[in-house]
Amino acid sequence: MPWRFLGRRLQQAVPVLLIVAVGVFFLLEIAEGDAVDAYLAATGAGDAGLAAQLREQYGLTDTLATRFLTYATRLATLDLGHSVAFDRPVLEVIATRLPVTLMLMGSAILVSGALGVILGGLAGWRRGGPADLTITVTALILNAMPGFWLGLLAIILFAVKLRWLPLGGIGSIGADLSGLAAVLDTVRHLLLPVGTLALTYLALYVRLMRAAMIEAADSGWTLAARARGLPERGIVLRHMARPALLPVVTMLGLQAGAMLGGSVVIETVFAIPGLGRLSFEAVTQRDLPLLAGILLAGTLVVVVVNILIDLLYRRLDPRVGDGVRATERRP
Amino acid sequence: MDRHFSRRTGAAGLRGSTLLALAAATGLGAAAPAMAQTPQRGGTLIAAADTEPRNLNPAMVASNGVFYVSSKVIEPLAEMDYDEGLRPVLATGWEGSEDGLSITFTLREGVRWHDGEPFTSADVAFSAMEVWKPLQNLGRSIFANLEAVDTPDDLTAVFRFSEPTPVQLIENALPAVSAVLPRHLYEGTEIAENPLNAAPLGTGPFVFAEHRPGEFYRLTRNDDYWAEGLPYLDAIVQRVLPDAGAKAAALETGDIHLTAFSAVPLTDMARLDAIDGVSVIPGGYEGITYHITVEINHRREELANPLVRQALRHAIDTDFLVDVVFLGFATPSTGPVPSSAADFYTDDVPTYDFDPARAESLLDEAGYPRGADGTRFSLRLRPAPWFAQTRDTGDYVRQALQEVGIAVELVTADPGGHIRAVYTEHDFDLAIGSPVWRNDPAISTTILFRGGQPAGVPFANQYGYDDPEMNALIDAAATELDRDARVALYHDFQRKVAEDLPILNLVDFTFITVARDELQNVANNPRWATSSWADTWIAQ
Repeated sequence: MPWRFLGRRLQQAVPVLLIVAVGVFFLLEIAEGDAVDAYLAATGAGDAGLAAQLREQYGLTDTLATRFLTYATRLATLDLGHSVAFDRPVLEVIATRLPVTLMLMGSAILVSGALGVILGGLAGWRRGGPADLTITVTALILNAMPGFWLGLLAIILFAVKLRWLPLGGIGSIGADLSGLAAVLDTVRHLLLPVGTLALTYLALYVRLMRAAMIEAADSGWTLAARARGLPERGIVLRHMARPALLPVVTMLGLQAGAMLGGSVVIETVFAIPGLGRLSFEAVTQRDLPLLAGILLAGTLVVVVVNILIDLLYRRLDPRVGDGVRATERRP
Repeated sequence: MDRHFSRRTGAAGLRGSTLLALAAATGLGAAAPAMAQTPQRGGTLIAAADTEPRNLNPAMVASNGVFYVSSKVIEPLAEMDYDEGLRPVLATGWEGSEDGLSITFTLREGVRWHDGEPFTSADVAFSAMEVWKPLQNLGRSIFANLEAVDTPDDLTAVFRFSEPTPVQLIENALPAVSAVLPRHLYEGTEIAENPLNAAPLGTGPFVFAEHRPGEFYRLTRNDDYWAEGLPYLDAIVQRVLPDAGAKAAALETGDIHLTAFSAVPLTDMARLDAIDGVSVIPGGYEGITYHITVEINHRREELANPLVRQALRHAIDTDFLVDVVFLGFATPSTGPVPSSAADFYTDDVPTYDFDPARAESLLDEAGYPRGADGTRFSLRLRPAPWFAQTRDTGDYVRQALQEVGIAVELVTADPGGHIRAVYTEHDFDLAIGSPVWRNDPAISTTILFRGGQPAGVPFANQYGYDDPEMNALIDAAATELDRDARVALYHDFQRKVAEDLPILNLVDFTFITVARDELQNVANNPRWATSSWADTWIAQ
């Protein structure tokens, strides 16, 4: 196992995290109004005494330097603190939301990646044919549609008109399900949001896979394989599709971060209690501890996914082995 | 459509006729005979959730979002009612003393907390002295003069005030500020940190069962409720559906029975109303009527001039706002008291018609002629960001003022930023506000006009307007014990506001409920969404 490589990856994540953490603090600082203002806006009334009392309670009366120091110390000791907006420990708030977003994001990435590889591979193999045209154009159209709009259309068709699928949430409320029934219930609830997310991102993988397939088709090794009279099936799968997978896998890793943010919209449309919506609430409530916690969690997820991708890369590309820097060999 | 409009016409003192007119004007609500049915027991009401407040304790936070959940669990001393005005809940009666220094409440017998403990006057005394007075956003001012609550016996609570306090004010405030907490579970704890704030325990018709953040609230029937045979429902689920389009779809499929607080866009109302089994109900919120106002920073030299403020009012067409921004779901306003508040409202005030030519001549007279570029002066306008209608009103006011030669720059922020800019930093020339009428001018209305508010008090006079005559009127009414004299003072107050125009009241609106037709007894009191729903039932 490439432990050294893992360690290096984690080290690289530290400066990223630092920059993000400091950035978050100062961006929220620049924003007009603080957590108490946001709270008073929501409650609709209050007096000066109440505001002062709350600012004291939230630790907002200290100087900028003191507050930054408290914030930095907390982060350094991995103490996520108490969410102002939810009045609960940040860790607890995030812990209930992270699995949901991971499930949503993970499924969507896998579905769009898998579909993209198959369809993009097909399109690249039959370059210029009717299949290529249909796949490329459809993927582009889907990519151009805003996610929320596609999601609402899916709701109207599958939940309102056909009544096949539930229109939101992550489970049937009040239904006491266990085992397979509970899994099926979750799957039914996630079909539309995962499908919507996957379709909007599909074009990316289709284009990548298609381009890489075409490149591989024109490569010397494919020509050599053809010259040796290998069967077409083996050529397409071993000599074209396998090397063509590399950029797709790289992109899967890069997308992990984007999908975490991109799901705010889908989470809102489909009423999914995930990290995307949580971060939106954290910003409008000026909830610094929560926002910092979300960013830490998000960064952690992205780092972990990228480590997994790198490990996968080693398996796919025989040129990348122990002692060779995977990153240097990336196309 | 629609049993609600037809039944409402009989309601005393409220705006039944206005509602009918509204319904007719918007093409909604063809009259159908009211269904006289016997209530049925059972069923789960599924409503769209509102916000998910961090603190669900209505004794600490009197806000719509809190009441929407907690009013089913924790009860006030009295609730608003269309017929009786005020309906006894935990208190069965009350009487003020001659000198205005005390009010004696008689409490309901045989009421138990959800944990089985008996409800007594000690709970009321504790809630008043330890929570409403020191902690509650509205109670802090209403009970500022409350000195003590005596409990001569288990069913009597005597509120003692240091200054004469009108019974009328306390009565009108009761629905919003008098949620009673269980003393035995709060005393000796840090009240603001008590875990019950997130999982309320009360005497109400429903027991708080569960909150899954981002998903739903679930309340179950209180089988031991003090009112015989109530509640009708087995459970209430409030489901979190953040997207307005998804809420409308959920009403259509029957996934939810109800959206409150105008949760679906006004533009969707006609479409939803046309759907079989779904009705649009523009009533049941009169106790929380919203004003759309133009807040004015009198620190700006131009705006300190009364002629300019009159010109602003003449330049704005409130009928346009009602028709275009509110699609008919609002009424033009004459001042700081909505016409639905029959007890306090007077229309005997100076009015300002939509008259751009008059606006222009007033601006000329004030000494601000159009310059070479056609502009007299320019202003920065901050529309409150929380309602689509406050933002849209901002867009309209900008256009309307530009018509008369005032250049307007729109400045937008999110709610926290807006509150800070307007109410603490006074960093605005004009703002579009949405203050709330809460049943009595002294609760959250006169604070918009009384001078001397320290910076940082939100939804208050942060306008730099400080008029001795206005202040004297407000102070006199605050301690006037005689009902008629007090109302007369508030009539003078409305006239003074209309003369001075410290801020501009444009239109009044209340929220709209959209409900499935099987849901019965919807919107049957003036604070319905924020009331107990004990008599709500589902026709099966």
